[in-house]
Amino acid sequence: MLKTLGTHIRGVVKESVLTPVCMIGEVIMEMVIPMLMASIINDGVEKGNLRHIYLVGSLMVLAALVGLAFGVGGGVFGARASTGFARNLRRAMYERIQTFGFANIDRFSTAGLVTRLTTDVTNIQNAYQMLLRMCMRSPVSLICAMVMSFWISPRLASIYLVAVILLGIVLGLIVTRAMKYFGQAFPKYDALNESVQENVSAIRVVKAYVREDYENEKFRKASGGIYRIFCKAEGIVAWNGPVMNLTVYSCIILISWIGAKLIVGGSLQTGDLMALLTYCMTILMNLMMLSMIFVMMTMSAASARRICEVLTEEPDLCNPQEPVTEVADGSIRFEHVSFSYKKDADTPVLKDIDLEIRSGETIGIIGGTGSAKSSLVNLISRLYDVTQGRLLVGGVDVRDYDMETLRNQVAVVLQNNVLFSGTILDNLRWGDLDATEEECAHACRLACADEFICKMPEGYNTYIEQGGTNVSGGQKQRLCIARALLKKPRILILDDSTSAVDTATDARIRQAFAQEIPGTTKLIIAQRISSVEHADRIIVMHEGEIDGFGTHEELLASNEIYRDVYESQTGGGGDFDEKGGM
Amino acid sequence: MAEENRTMQSTNRGPGQRGHGPGGPRGPRGPRPKIEHPGRLLKRVLGYTFKDYAIHWIVVVICIVTTVLASLQGTLFMRTLIDEYIAPLLLQQEPDFGPLAGAIGRVACFYGLGVLASFVQSRLMIYVTQGTQRNLRNDLFEKMEELPIRYFDTHAHGDIMSIYTNDIDTMRQMISQSIPQLLNSVISVVSTLAAMLALDIPLTLVTLLMVAVMMLAAKKVGSLSSRFFLSQQRDLGALNGCIEETMTGQKVVKVFCHEEESLKQFNELNDRLCDSAYRANKFGNVMGPVNAQLGNLSYVVCAVTGGMLAITGISGLSLGDLAAFLTLNKSFSMPINQITMQFNSIIMALAGADRIFRLMDEAPEADDGYVELVNAQRNGAAELVESDGRTGLWAWKHYHKDSDTVTYTELKGDVVFDHVDFGYTDEKMILHDIELFAQPGQKIAFVGSTGAGKTTITNLINRFYSIQDGKIRYDGININKIKKDDLRRSLGIVLQDTHLFTGTVMENIRYGKLDATEEEVMAAARLANADGFIRRLPEGYNTMLHGDGANLSQGQRQLLAIARAAIADPPVLILDEATSSIDTRTERIVQDGMDKLMKGRTTFVIAHRLSTVRNSDCIMVLEQGRIIERGTHEQLLEEKGKYYQLYTGLKA
Repeated sequence: MLKTLGTHIRGVVKESVLTPVCMIGEVIMEMVIPMLMASIINDGVEKGNLRHIYLVGSLMVLAALVGLAFGVGGGVFGARASTGFARNLRRAMYERIQTFGFANIDRFSTAGLVTRLTTDVTNIQNAYQMLLRMCMRSPVSLICAMVMSFWISPRLASIYLVAVILLGIVLGLIVTRAMKYFGQAFPKYDALNESVQENVSAIRVVKAYVREDYENEKFRKASGGIYRIFCKAEGIVAWNGPVMNLTVYSCIILISWIGAKLIVGGSLQTGDLMALLTYCMTILMNLMMLSMIFVMMTMSAASARRICEVLTEEPDLCNPQEPVTEVADGSIRFEHVSFSYKKDADTPVLKDIDLEIRSGETIGIIGGTGSAKSSLVNLISRLYDVTQGRLLVGGVDVRDYDMETLRNQVAVVLQNNVLFSGTILDNLRWGDLDATEEECAHACRLACADEFICKMPEGYNTYIEQGGTNVSGGQKQRLCIARALLKKPRILILDDSTSAVDTATDARIRQAFAQEIPGTTKLIIAQRISSVEHADRIIVMHEGEIDGFGTHEELLASNEIYRDVYESQTGGGGDFDEKGGM
Repeated sequence: MAEENRTMQSTNRGPGQRGHGPGGPRGPRGPRPKIEHPGRLLKRVLGYTFKDYAIHWIVVVICIVTTVLASLQGTLFMRTLIDEYIAPLLLQQEPDFGPLAGAIGRVACFYGLGVLASFVQSRLMIYVTQGTQRNLRNDLFEKMEELPIRYFDTHAHGDIMSIYTNDIDTMRQMISQSIPQLLNSVISVVSTLAAMLALDIPLTLVTLLMVAVMMLAAKKVGSLSSRFFLSQQRDLGALNGCIEETMTGQKVVKVFCHEEESLKQFNELNDRLCDSAYRANKFGNVMGPVNAQLGNLSYVVCAVTGGMLAITGISGLSLGDLAAFLTLNKSFSMPINQITMQFNSIIMALAGADRIFRLMDEAPEADDGYVELVNAQRNGAAELVESDGRTGLWAWKHYHKDSDTVTYTELKGDVVFDHVDFGYTDEKMILHDIELFAQPGQKIAFVGSTGAGKTTITNLINRFYSIQDGKIRYDGININKIKKDDLRRSLGIVLQDTHLFTGTVMENIRYGKLDATEEEVMAAARLANADGFIRRLPEGYNTMLHGDGANLSQGQRQLLAIARAAIADPPVLILDEATSSIDTRTERIVQDGMDKLMKGRTTFVIAHRLSTVRNSDCIMVLEQGRIIERGTHEQLLEEKGKYYQLYTGLKA
C-alpha cells in the first residue's frame, strides 16, 4: 500500500525531504533557546554581567530568526508537498478510472468513486502534511530535549526517562483501547446518517403511512446507542489530559526537590533548573503529539486503502496487441455467447446466444424485466467481455478491435443516460468534436429534438444544468439519440431510449431512421410493441435466452411470450405520452 | 511549545467523528455566511446545552478555574523555590530541607487538586457533548418529521443531510473544545496578567507590547490565510462538482470515448485547486512558527530588560522574580494565541448552529383538523358506536361544537372535489377548477402528459399540500376538518418513486401495518405477486435491504411497495405510476392481485400505460391543470378528442 502511494510523491520529492529537514532545524533552534535562556540567568543575571546578557540575548534573537526561517520553510514546503501529493493522487486515480471498463465501474459504484476522489484524498493530504511536519519533529524534539537534559544533569534527566516510558505505556493503552471502540462506533454513526437520509428522501412514504412516531422511536433508539458507545470511547480518551497533567506535575515536583538539593550541593545552577523544567514540557508534549499522530495515521489508513483499491484495480478490458482499426460493415454475429457479470456466478446472465444480424437490418428486442436485453447489447460495443463464445462485428471478433474504433462505430444510447453541464451544442459534440452546427441540427431533426430546442429561448446554446435537470425525460432521451447519431455509426443501439417519448414522436423517429440512415444496423430495445413491430426482425428475450427471433407476424403466430405482450398492449399505441408525472 | 499546542488542538478533534455522512461529501457552502446575531445565537447554543446540563457546566467551570490556578501556583512557586528556599539554603552551613519539603508538599497538594479537576472536567464534558449531540439529533429528527412536504421540495436533500453531519459536528467541536478552551484561555490570561502585574509592572508593559505585536502579526497572516482559504473552498467545490458529474456519467464517457477530453477538464481544475490549497495551507502553516518565535523574542526582550533592572537594582526585582516572570511570560503568549484561534472556530461553528436552529424554527405542518378516525361497530339497527378493538369497520368521529354532540359517519371512501384550485405558490396556479366525484369502490384514472397535474391532484387528497380555493370532501366531510394523521391512515398510496427502508423485506412490507403477522405479510406479498421473487432472494423474507433497496430491480421494488400498501388495507387507494417499471407481462400477472386489491375500494390511478387505465369507471384527461375530457374508455374513444389521440398515437 505504501509503495503504491509512494510512487505518487513524484514532483514533490524535494519538498517532501526539505519539510522534515526544516522541521529538524526548527527543533534544534528550539533546543538552543532554553540553553541560551539558562546562560542569561546563570552567567548574566546572577553574576551581574550585563554585557553577557546583551551578547547571549542577541544570540537568542538570532536563534529565533533562524528558527523562524526554518519554521516558515517547513510550513511552506509542507504545504507544497502535501497539496502536490493530493493533486497527483487525484490525477492518478482519475486517469485510472478513465481506463476502467463497465465491470470496474459497477464494482466501485459512482458514490464510491466520488468519495475516494474527494474526501479520502483530503484525508490523505492532511495526514501527509502532518506526517512530514510532525513525524520527524516530535521524535527529534523529544530526543534532543532528552539529550540536553542528560547533558545538564544525568540524575535529573533520568526522571524524565522514567516518566516518558510510563506515560508512553499509558498513552499506548488509551489509544489502542479507544480505537477499538471508535471502530465499533463509526459504522453505527454511518447507519444513523443513512436512516436520516432515508427519511429525507422517503418523507412522502413516512407521511402517507403516518409513521412519524414509529420513525422517531427508531431514530431515538439509534441515537441513544450512538450516545452510549461514544461516551464509552470518549471516556477512555478522557484519561489523556489528567494522565498528562499528573506526569508533568510529578516531574516538576521531583525536579524541584532534587534540583534544590543539587543546587545547594553545588552541582547544579539555578539557570539549569529553569532549562530542565522547560525541557520537561517539551518532552512530554511531544510524546502526547506522537500518540496523536499514531491515531491520525490509523484513521487515515482506511482512506489510503480505499485509494489504493482504485489505483491497483486492473481494467478488465484492454486493447489488443495489434488492433483492427476498421469496421467493415454493420453485421453482428453471436457465436454461442454466454455471459455473467461475476466470474464465479452459478447461472450466467446470457446463456448460449447464437444470433446473426445482417448489416443495415433493424432489429427490435423485447422481453420482461431482467431478461438480459441490456446485457445482450452491451456486449456488442464491448462494454463487457463475453464469458464464453465469440462475438463478431463486421466479421471480426470485438476483442480484436481498437476499442475507440469499435465504440465510435457502435453507438449506444444507454438506458440511464446522462447529459453534462454545458450548452446543448457542447453535449451534442460529444458524438463528434468537429461537428458543424448544421450537422448537429440535422442529427436533432432525425431524433425529433429540433422541435423543442428551437422553442427554447437560446436554442442550441441553451445551457444544460448538471444532470440535465432543466429538460424533461423525453427531451433528454431525444438529445441523447441525437448525440449518438452524430457519430455516424455503423451500428446504432437504443436501449429503451424512447420510453419517455410519446408514441407519435417515437414513430416519427423510427421513420426518420429508416429514411435517413438505411445503411446503419439498428437495434432497438423497447417495452412497447409499437416501437418494435415494424422492425425487420424481432428478438424475444426470456431469462437470458432467445425465446424467439423473427418478424412481427411470425412471432405473433409462433411465440407465446410475444403474443402475450402484444395482447396486453392491444390497440395501437397503448401508452400515454410521456412517462412519469409531476 | 506554542507550536505543539496549536497542532495538538487541531488534531485533538482526533477520533471524534467523521465530517461526512453516507450522502457523500457536500460541496462547500460558498463563502462563510454572515450571521445576523452571533451573540444571540451563541446564547441560544449555550442555553440549549444548559437546559439539560446546567449542573455539569457549573462544575466544569469550577474545574477549569481550579486547573488554571493549580498550574499558575506551580509557576509562581518557581520564584519562592529560588528566592525563599534555595538562596537561603545556599547560605546555611547545615542546610535544613524541612521548610522546603513542606512547601513542595503544599504545591503537590494543589497540583493533585488540579489533576483531579482536569479529570472531572473531561469526564463531565463527555456527557455534556455527547448528550447535547444526541438531544440535538433527536430534536432535529422529530422536527423534520413534522415538517410539511413543501419544505422537502424547496430544500436540497444534501443540504438537509449536511445539517445532521457537518453542522452537528462543528457544534460538537464548539461545545467540547472551543468553549472550554476559550474559558480556560481567558482565565489563564487574566490570572497570569494579575500575577505578572504583582511581580513587576514595567516588565508587564514590555510583555503586553510584544503581545500586541503578536496579535498584529496573527491578524495579518490570518487574513491572508482566510482569503486563500475561501478560494481553496471555491476551487474544491468546482473540482468536486466536476468529479460528481463525470463519475455519474462515466459510462457515457466510455461509450463516447471521451476520456481524454474529460481528463483535460479535470486536470485544469485539479491544478487550480492544488495551487489555491497550497497558498491556503502555506499561510496556515506559517502562523505557528511566527507566533512561536515572536514568543521567544518577547522572552529575550523581557530577559534583557529584566536583567538590566535586576542588576542595576532600579525596581527591586529579585533573581527569583525574574525567573518566575520569564516563565509567566511564556505561559502568557500561549493562551493569547489560543483565544484568537478559538474565537475564529466559534464563529465558524455558529454558522452551523444557525442552520440547525433555522431547521428547528421551521413551522411544522399545520393541522387544525378535529374529526377522528375510530373503530366502530353497529349498535342494533344502523347506529354506529365507537369500539375499542379492531372491528374492520371504521367511522369518522365528528364533534360538533355548537351543539356539543358527537356524530359518527361510516368510512366509505367517497371523495369529492368541488371547484378546486391549487398552486404550489399563490402566484402560479397549477390546477384550475377541478371537479371530481368518486363513489365508494370506483376506479378513477388520470391520464395526460407530464406536468398536467396528475400527481398533484392525488397529493391534495392526503393533504400533502393545501388547496387555495374550493373544497375536497371525504365521505361528505371537508378534509380540512379531518386530523391529518387519521386522513392519511385511511388512504393507501403507492408512489411513483418507490422508497424502501433499511431492514428486512418482511419489515418493509410490515411498514404498512406494524402489527401484521408473518402470514399477513406473506398474503400481501402474494397479492402483489411479490412472493415468488422474495422467496428466491438469498434469505427470503429475511433478506436485508440497504440503500433504498439498491439490490432489487425497480420492478421488484414496485411490487414490494404494492404489497406494503395492500397490507395497510385502506378504503381508498392511490396508485401513482405504481406499475410503470414492471414489464407488461408481469404487470398482467400483478393486475389480478391489483384488481383484488382494488375491489371494493375507491381507487385513483395514474398511469401512462393503457392496460392499467382501460377498465376504469371514469378516466380524466388532464391538460395544463384542467380536466379537458372525462368518461369511460369507450365514451372517450367515441369523442375522438385528446384521449383518442393519445391512445392511437394519431391526430384525430
